Amino acid sequence: MALIQINNVTIRGISAAVPKQSQEVKGLPFFSDEEADKFIAGTGVERRRLVEEGVTTSDLCFKAAERLLAEMNWQRDEVDCLIFVSQTPDYILPATSCMLQERLKLKEGIVAFDISMGCSGWVYGLFTMSNLLSGGQLKKGLLLVGDTISKTCSTEDKSTYPLFGDAGTATALEFDTHSNGLKFHLAVDGSGAKAIIIPDGGYRNQYNTNSIQKVTDEEGISRTASDLILDGMNVFSFGISKAPESVNLLSSHFGIDLETIDYFLFHQANKFMNEKIRKKLKIPAEKVPYTLKDYGNTSSATIPFTLTKELGEIASEGTLNYIACGFGVGLSWGSVWFSTDRLICPAIIEV
Amino acid sequence: MEKFVKHFAEQFDETDASEFTIETRFREFEEWSSLTALSIIAMVDEVYNVKLTGDDIRKSSSLLDVYNIVKSKM
Repeated sequence: MALIQINNVTIRGISAAVPKQSQEVKGLPFFSDEEADKFIAGTGVERRRLVEEGVTTSDLCFKAAERLLAEMNWQRDEVDCLIFVSQTPDYILPATSCMLQERLKLKEGIVAFDISMGCSGWVYGLFTMSNLLSGGQLKKGLLLVGDTISKTCSTEDKSTYPLFGDAGTATALEFDTHSNGLKFHLAVDGSGAKAIIIPDGGYRNQYNTNSIQKVTDEEGISRTASDLILDGMNVFSFGISKAPESVNLLSSHFGIDLETIDYFLFHQANKFMNEKIRKKLKIPAEKVPYTLKDYGNTSSATIPFTLTKELGEIASEGTLNYIACGFGVGLSWGSVWFSTDRLICPAIIEV
Repeated sequence: MEKFVKHFAEQFDETDASEFTIETRFREFEEWSSLTALSIIAMVDEVYNVKLTGDDIRKSSSLLDVYNIVKSKM
């Protein structure tokens, strides 16, 4: 079982950027007012931030990274590694991290690569980056995580379009021999790959004339094979069993008393699912922040975004212990225990 | 089985519990929606510790169908 402790690494700062443009769920053409109210009551999503055409995930992550570097007073040539985690890269190739190296004016002698992960992406990115840094040969790293997942949704699909929003984040990590370390549980179940999928446009099903044919699956769900498909029931069934299990495995393996955790950061899937997970773990509501109402499900960005948005002030003042848990597309999931001390958390940037 | 019907009926807010029997075709209620489906999945997870898939729900039309799937997975 993948239960791993990584020492000598500390999270120093987190920042996030969202688009200015907000769109209300109420008033979307596929919902009657009553249906919109039901959707809001179930998912907790009232509005989302959506990028304009031409703006990519890397644009949002770039802004977040620029702000974070400035606030932390890191010199550009001090950054030794850069990881970009996303399901919405700029191109199929090259890797977006390569272009971010140039845009952020980072040195040539840097380790930079992409990781293709969504809902669990921040946890996997944190795991990879911590491993790179814990030996002490690489000292400082930037983990850029985000998605413009609204671009993958058919605007005529009521099961995806009203749920998702766009956001980009930057997390700064550093080699630190005084660190409390990070503790991980990671898992995967590829049998659920089709529960969240964009079927066409990769190399299994290359783009063809059928890829842009709109098909109506049921009322309110019209989409093409190059749009995101979300099997809500399977994802729900997966999430309410695997997310609590992961947190429990982490806590029992490492002897973490859940009472000692100040905040639990769950991937912001939807309110209904997240509340089931919270109640199963018997965690009090005040320890579980949400950003669903105004920002929706921002895919890989949800955990760092929710941390800066909801806890930024308190995290910047003192020491906090967290457990974060990401779960979804893959199907892939993971939990991490970490702590921060006077975290650098600039205010959310609007692009 | 009676308990299953009771738990099943509790997932509906607007439909009276008295309208449910094991034979009931639950999709025919006006209230049936994807959210009710999620509530059923959550109830089965909580009460029976059984994981229902989307297909389990999609291929069921009566409470008995769901009941039999739950029983086979216990």
